[in-house]
Amino acid sequence: MNKIWLIFQREFLNRVQKKSFLIATILIPMIFPAIIATMAYIFVKQEEGAQKTKVHVLDKSGKIDLENTDRYEFLNVTGDLEQAKTTFQHSEDFALMYIPEFELSKPEGITLYTKENPSMRRIQDLEKMLENKVHDLKLAQFNIDKEILKSLKTSISLNNINLSETGEEKESNTGMLYGLGFVLGILIYIFVLVYGMQIMLGVIEEKTSKIVEVIVSSVRPFQLMLGKILGIAAVGLVQFTIWVILIMVTSTATLSFFGLDKKQQQAMEQMAKMNNPAASDMAQMQDNPVAKVLGSIDKIPVAFIVFNFAFYFLGGYLLYGALFAAVGSAVDSQQEAQQFNLPIMLPLIIGYFALFMFILPDPHSTASFWFSIIPFTSPVAMVGRLAFGVPTWQLILSQVLLIGGFIFTTWIAARIYRVGILMHGSKVNYKVLLKWFMMKG
Amino acid sequence: MEALIAKGVTKRYTNHTALDNVDLTIPEKTIYGLLGPNGAGKTTLIRIINQIINADSGDITIFGERLHQKHIGTIGYLPEERGLYKKLKVGEQLIYLAQLKGLSRADAIQKSKQWIKKFEITEWWNKKVEDLSKGMAQKVQFISTIMHEPRLIILDEPFSGFDPVNAQLITDEILQLKEKGCTIIFSTHRMETVEDLCDHIALIDKSKKILEGSKKKVKDTYRSNTFLVDHKGVFNSTSEKYSILSQKSLEDDYYQTIIKITGSATSNQLIRDLTDLTEVHGFVEKIPTMSEIFIALVKGEVETGRNSIN
Repeated sequence: MNKIWLIFQREFLNRVQKKSFLIATILIPMIFPAIIATMAYIFVKQEEGAQKTKVHVLDKSGKIDLENTDRYEFLNVTGDLEQAKTTFQHSEDFALMYIPEFELSKPEGITLYTKENPSMRRIQDLEKMLENKVHDLKLAQFNIDKEILKSLKTSISLNNINLSETGEEKESNTGMLYGLGFVLGILIYIFVLVYGMQIMLGVIEEKTSKIVEVIVSSVRPFQLMLGKILGIAAVGLVQFTIWVILIMVTSTATLSFFGLDKKQQQAMEQMAKMNNPAASDMAQMQDNPVAKVLGSIDKIPVAFIVFNFAFYFLGGYLLYGALFAAVGSAVDSQQEAQQFNLPIMLPLIIGYFALFMFILPDPHSTASFWFSIIPFTSPVAMVGRLAFGVPTWQLILSQVLLIGGFIFTTWIAARIYRVGILMHGSKVNYKVLLKWFMMKG
Repeated sequence: MEALIAKGVTKRYTNHTALDNVDLTIPEKTIYGLLGPNGAGKTTLIRIINQIINADSGDITIFGERLHQKHIGTIGYLPEERGLYKKLKVGEQLIYLAQLKGLSRADAIQKSKQWIKKFEITEWWNKKVEDLSKGMAQKVQFISTIMHEPRLIILDEPFSGFDPVNAQLITDEILQLKEKGCTIIFSTHRMETVEDLCDHIALIDKSKKILEGSKKKVKDTYRSNTFLVDHKGVFNSTSEKYSILSQKSLEDDYYQTIIKITGSATSNQLIRDLTDLTEVHGFVEKIPTMSEIFIALVKGEVETGRNSIN
């Protein structure tokens, strides 16, 4: 036990004292807010500094009268098309829109002449504006009052309230839960892969540098393997904790420093208005859902999720980590390890896809149940479900099976490991691994 | 007391037998040479003594006690394939390895500083192993083998990779350790080492021990009563008590003759008889070197093997 602790300390310190650890731990949380801030900054700058797009309009029908907006300026031109084209050619403007005579029921033949390929967004903007104009003209033609039509339009958003077993009402926001499940599931997936690989590389390094023979003359192979796995787990937990804290601090700091959160919202409202005139009242209504999302964050049992996340975090890591250690012990180089990596990672990848295909769309389906119970997929699948609420018996069953799962994989791995670390230059395949596994002491 | 007694140690793998019923008796405070060609089973035996692997059957007693987990600190092991943590500093490395052998952290620090001073490599303390030359790393590894003051030291091909100066340094160190009461097992196929250092030897070939005993005894066993005589002038006939194995001319009128005593005569008698025949300039017994014994035995094994097939 004392020796496992020594190895644990050594493995932990070796990694934590490295410059690359320090850099990764500090830089990665900086990168996220930096990206968000830069993108938001560019977006806002573009909106602010954007010059109005000038469009020449040659309206032969005389029906369409496009109004200038924040982003578009329309210049009405007269004369025939050829003339208008020449004028447009000599100008610096964006486009020439030619509107021929058309019937309201069949608005065809409207053409946009441009000098370069226009962006989808501009085409869509212009189409939207034309559609709105024709829409209004039609209303007038059928003698329908605009106000009446507006009052006909109804928008319903369901208020979702969970009745828990105790009868307590919990207001929930599915979108919010989806997002949370998504992030947690992916985090587990990445964590297990990244740190599992670290175990494998560590074992390969010990094996190729031949230190391992000295070490196993002092400690048992199982102690060495376990000390290494636990040491790297501690590195992962420390790094993750620092990341969470740093990301939270820096994100909040940068956003409030630039005051970007407000401007971003304004820009979004503007876009909504542009696309759909009816959206203006939608935008007003949005205040309400935002408040609701914020409110539902309070309703999420944070302590429950954090505890269980940490559990699956460690459980999943230990389950796969042992297998990665076994692979590392069997091979002489990273290249050789590749043939064994895929079969190990496959169940993890399946869990990852199940997260998107079954768990997030329907957390309470039968498929979701099985994926979150089976130890190999449960770390990713169950954390995806956590936020939606999981029956206690399912949670306990899943966790007990996960503990059993990693004891099982550690047992298998240890049997391969003790033989593998002393073998050099042997060609390893699954048959050989099985032979090692069966080999006695 | 014996440092180590092995009885009937056997280790079988699926396709071959690595050790077949091997008995060894290693006296305390000796340098014991474990000889044998590559693949004979030396490394397997050493791994079993180090408890890296378990024997299928047989008993090992170390300083009168049955081999047990607690003896890890009693043994110091330098494997043939040397290796250290490349990214770790020399000091930390020594402390860590000593702690794994069961030393407390304080003891480990004190001992490693002491040894590094003794080997005059104090300035390496904060250097990473990857920055050291191969020879330097070997010194560090040697320190790590002995710094926890093991009573039994197992060295597998200890001189491979050392330059003559360092090899001498290590040799001196080994002799000092023996003086202090350590028992040293040398596993090697380099016979000069055995000739110079070992008190006892065992020869393992094809998973079996084929010879064991003190160096002197072994050599006596393989003495063939053969003598090298340098003399002036040719002589051809001797009495039937002796037979001439070969004779070659050296320079001028000098010759060297190899004579074997076939009867019960002593060497003194041979000299007496020779002086009647020729002018003797040199007389020495032709004692087989370990190398000759080794080759003879290993080859002999091959031949008996062939015979049994025929």
